[in-house]
Amino acid sequence: MMLVRYLSQIGKYFIMLKEIFNKPTKWSVMKQLILKEIDDLIIGSLGIVAFISFFVGGVVSIQTALNLTNPLIPKYLVGFATRQSVILEFAPTFISIIMAGKMGSFITSSIGTMRVTEQIDALEVMGVNSLNYLVFPKIIALLLYPFVIGLSMFLGILGGWMAAVYGGFTSSYEFITGLQTEFIPFHIAYAFIKTFSFALLLATIPSFHGYYMKGGALEVGQASTVSFVWTSVAIILMNFILTQLLLS
Amino acid sequence: MIEVKNIVKKFGDQTVLKGISTRFEAGMTNLIIGQSGSGKTVFLKTLLGIHTPDGGTISFDGRIYSELSNDEKRALRTEIGMVFQGSALFDSMTVEENVGFPLKMFTKKTPKEIKERVDFVIERVNLTNAHYKRPSEISGGMQKRVAIARAIVNNPKYLFCDEPNSGLDPKTAIVIDNLIQEITKEYNITTVINTHDMNSVMEIGEKIVFLKNGLLEWEGTNKKIFKTANEAVTDFVYSSELFKRVRKMYLEDDVK
Repeated sequence: MMLVRYLSQIGKYFIMLKEIFNKPTKWSVMKQLILKEIDDLIIGSLGIVAFISFFVGGVVSIQTALNLTNPLIPKYLVGFATRQSVILEFAPTFISIIMAGKMGSFITSSIGTMRVTEQIDALEVMGVNSLNYLVFPKIIALLLYPFVIGLSMFLGILGGWMAAVYGGFTSSYEFITGLQTEFIPFHIAYAFIKTFSFALLLATIPSFHGYYMKGGALEVGQASTVSFVWTSVAIILMNFILTQLLLS
Repeated sequence: MIEVKNIVKKFGDQTVLKGISTRFEAGMTNLIIGQSGSGKTVFLKTLLGIHTPDGGTISFDGRIYSELSNDEKRALRTEIGMVFQGSALFDSMTVEENVGFPLKMFTKKTPKEIKERVDFVIERVNLTNAHYKRPSEISGGMQKRVAIARAIVNNPKYLFCDEPNSGLDPKTAIVIDNLIQEITKEYNITTVINTHDMNSVMEIGEKIVFLKNGLLEWEGTNKKIFKTANEAVTDFVYSSELFKRVRKMYLEDDVK
């Protein structure tokens, strides 16, 4: 019974994806909606992403340095490990999970509130395709999400460099040598392919939970929690699948 | 004019509307009344196209809704204005933006033309000094006026109101009722109001449709409702002592 319910929800999600692209909203209106979403979702996330990335990069660097106790292991591995951790997993995947909490709950609660206060009904009665009006601008705004992840990569490595050098674990030269060691440019492409996929999930799964929620204020809160859980699950699964496909 | 023929609506095994037929004329305030659970909200939402009926037809000036293409349905919806129970104003917009929204979405008017029309409509609903305020910054009565302004800004042929004066004080409720009736007459709109406010029934009920258990139990005017012998209607309308006395006085005056 539970499986049937999950399958039906997944089917409903894909029908929603199709409906988002039907009957587009007038461009002059859509343009403003996209700019507003860029401000809310992208610009509004930069501060927290910068803060977390910088300090987690620093922690990765310190942890690596503290675990390299064998004198035969070169110090430049601190830079190497920080680069690999930040670029391959921390920035694209873990920042996305954090964003599932920040952006996702914002999207679910704002759309959910519109549902319970009949604002979505008002759009539909007027003849507006409410899914296109509400969700499409979020998808377009999140095309800029790789920019956020690029910033996270840069600040994560910068944080690692500062912690390693100013903490006295390695020299700047050693850390930078580590950053350049065995660098595979495809890893950057892999990280950004993941980021684009996660951006689509971040825009649509929370929207789905907000749009189809039923009830009142309490249910809006519950929908935000459920949306965070399912967005995180989807990101982790997508991460596994893409890693298998692209790196195996 | 909206004509409803034998509308049936089911949710699972439960039949909420059991074959309702009636007609709502243009230039009149048509009221749907009934107890909670009688099916009046489902009826209104079915008329609006939010619920798809399981049987029967709804025609808007001869256009049968179920036979229209999706594009024709969307075009018809631009002819409909709706005042929701909770006003349903867009929180992220100012009063002016809320009222101008249908014009921005569905017309090719320039920003100047939109501004002129919005100013005119806001003035028409007697709303002052609220243009740049957000819905959360104005009172419930003002929100209702904004909702009415938004509903009529694009010259709708049909106006639907779901309990337009719920949550308002009696004085403001009468003002809102009268405003809706004035606008209905002024622009010859087919207005359908879902209410359980007996003041509205007495004040503006030019046609009243009484629903009971998903069936049309009685229909008539606010004058006829005083004289009706239908027990279900009298039980519902004259449930308070005040209205019982008002009815008694009305009937005594009528005999004299």
